Amino acid sequence: MALSGAQRRRARLLSDLKNSPTAIFGIAVIILVALAAILAPVLTPYDPVSTDLLTRLKPPVPLKGSDPAHLLGTDALGRDILTRLVYGARVSLLVGIVSVMISGAIGVSLGLMTGYFGGWFDDIVMRLADIQLAFPFILLMMAVMAVIGPGLRNLIMVLGVTGWVTYARLARGQVLSLREKEFIEAARSIGAGHMRIIFRHILPNALGPIIVIASFAVASTIISEATLSFLGLGVKPTTPTWGMMLSEGREYVRQAWWLTTLPGLCIAITVLGINLLGDWLRDVLDPRTLLEKK
Amino acid sequence: MTQYIIRRLLQAIIVVLGVTVAAFSINFLAGDPTYVLIGNMRGMTQEDIQEFRHRMGFDRPVIVQYLDWLGKAVRGDFGTSMKFKQNNWQVIAERFPATLQLAVSAMLLGLIVSIPLGVVAAVNRGSFWDRASMVLALIGQSTPSFWMGLMLMLLFAVTLGWLPVSGRYEGVRSMILPVMTLSFYDIARNTRVIRGSMLEVLGEDYIRTARGKGAKPRTVLIVHALRNALLPMVTLIGMDLGSLLGGAIVVETIFAWPGMGLLTVNAINGKDLTLLQACVTLFALIFVFANLLVDFAYTWLDPRVRLK
Repeated sequence: MALSGAQRRRARLLSDLKNSPTAIFGIAVIILVALAAILAPVLTPYDPVSTDLLTRLKPPVPLKGSDPAHLLGTDALGRDILTRLVYGARVSLLVGIVSVMISGAIGVSLGLMTGYFGGWFDDIVMRLADIQLAFPFILLMMAVMAVIGPGLRNLIMVLGVTGWVTYARLARGQVLSLREKEFIEAARSIGAGHMRIIFRHILPNALGPIIVIASFAVASTIISEATLSFLGLGVKPTTPTWGMMLSEGREYVRQAWWLTTLPGLCIAITVLGINLLGDWLRDVLDPRTLLEKK
Repeated sequence: MTQYIIRRLLQAIIVVLGVTVAAFSINFLAGDPTYVLIGNMRGMTQEDIQEFRHRMGFDRPVIVQYLDWLGKAVRGDFGTSMKFKQNNWQVIAERFPATLQLAVSAMLLGLIVSIPLGVVAAVNRGSFWDRASMVLALIGQSTPSFWMGLMLMLLFAVTLGWLPVSGRYEGVRSMILPVMTLSFYDIARNTRVIRGSMLEVLGEDYIRTARGKGAKPRTVLIVHALRNALLPMVTLIGMDLGSLLGGAIVVETIFAWPGMGLLTVNAINGKDLTLLQACVTLFALIFVFANLLVDFAYTWLDPRVRLK
């Protein structure tokens, strides 16, 4: 029975997907970026960090003075832009996905617990959420990164730990609306423990909107990473990331437009792809939009 | 109503206290602030370090340091900036008007552009204009604002030479690029929200009633629909303020706009911890205060909330 339900749902998802060209575009973009990230060493013969001062600031290929060996040109230290872009995709996706998993895990567990048990624990966690929301997000991350120092691991930790509030509030709201439903009462009456009720009965039913929020969060985390790296507070200067490339290219904005234009385009297209996927997920997973359709 | 306001004020006070704890603990995130501040310790003896620690008051219990800092902060004394050798409050007060100018202009521009866009999109649902404005909004939400700023700078300042590249020396001309950059994201988000809110309102019974009694389409649209659809905007303005303040940090850095955002970034890079604490506290205070105002405005504007 359960299997046929799952199959039916999958069939509905697929037919929905066929009718949504924007979602297909979004998924295609994500797959392309993911492939570029995974296949980075195969796609390009160059090393993303090794410099070559003889081929500095070469423009992208069709332009005058370009070098066919460097399709998208080179930066001020002679590093190949295409190479750095595909390696940058690795960092962006890694940071986006891992941070969102961390903040999702923290936020959802806290939200489920507070919503289920209520009481003083609920009060404390929700006030903490208020306090954190009282900071402009980027300022909070900047201040913490400034003190603990740049680096990939620190960045993922900061983005992961600071992102929990949305999930906590959402999961809490879901629990509050599900807690009094009959099937929870049924589970309780046959003797299911609190943890079993929370994770086996409530969580699966609350997951739809959480997945939607998480997909948008991957997009905004990629932007946050780029912003922090741009301000010199993200990864270490040697790590090739889109934000770092923009930051370095900024000094050459007069001579070499491609240094700032190309990495920014990569960010914008990737984030757009993820947002389109998120829009579609919201349409198919969020019960409120489903009701509207009916 | 009064009860609600009192409860909300108490909440805000708790949040503000939490914010001060967070801002104060910036000092201790990397361990002993003595070493962060000294940086290069070559040539310093253990006694010198002890002496410095004592002079800064870092040898006292943390709670005493916090209460001391808070007590002074309440009286407007955020200590002295290491870099400017000036009272932090004074340093910030000099730069705050520039940020305010930027943020308010961006907010106004955002509203002026997004309200008509959202309304036109909702009224002509499914039309070319609807799709075009939604695509624009989506692109706006997907583009990092600092990149948008760089691209605008590349086009209008570097290539065309119409506007200054950076600074705040040429009056309105130097404001155009930073304000456009800053409002871009808000325009994108607000357009989507207004469209959604307008669509919802247009489906309400009272709109049908208004149409049924023969009101002109324009009257229905503006008097009946838009007025109600703008209610969520009040919340949005509160949210805008957060993203505008956060955005100001980035935009001021790109355009070398001498405001609080640039000051904060410089405080971070220069490890000017007391100044950073002051900036973080003030940013958060403004934010909390604005959200408080928004909540009150909401209760005042929406009778349904007011009567509860």
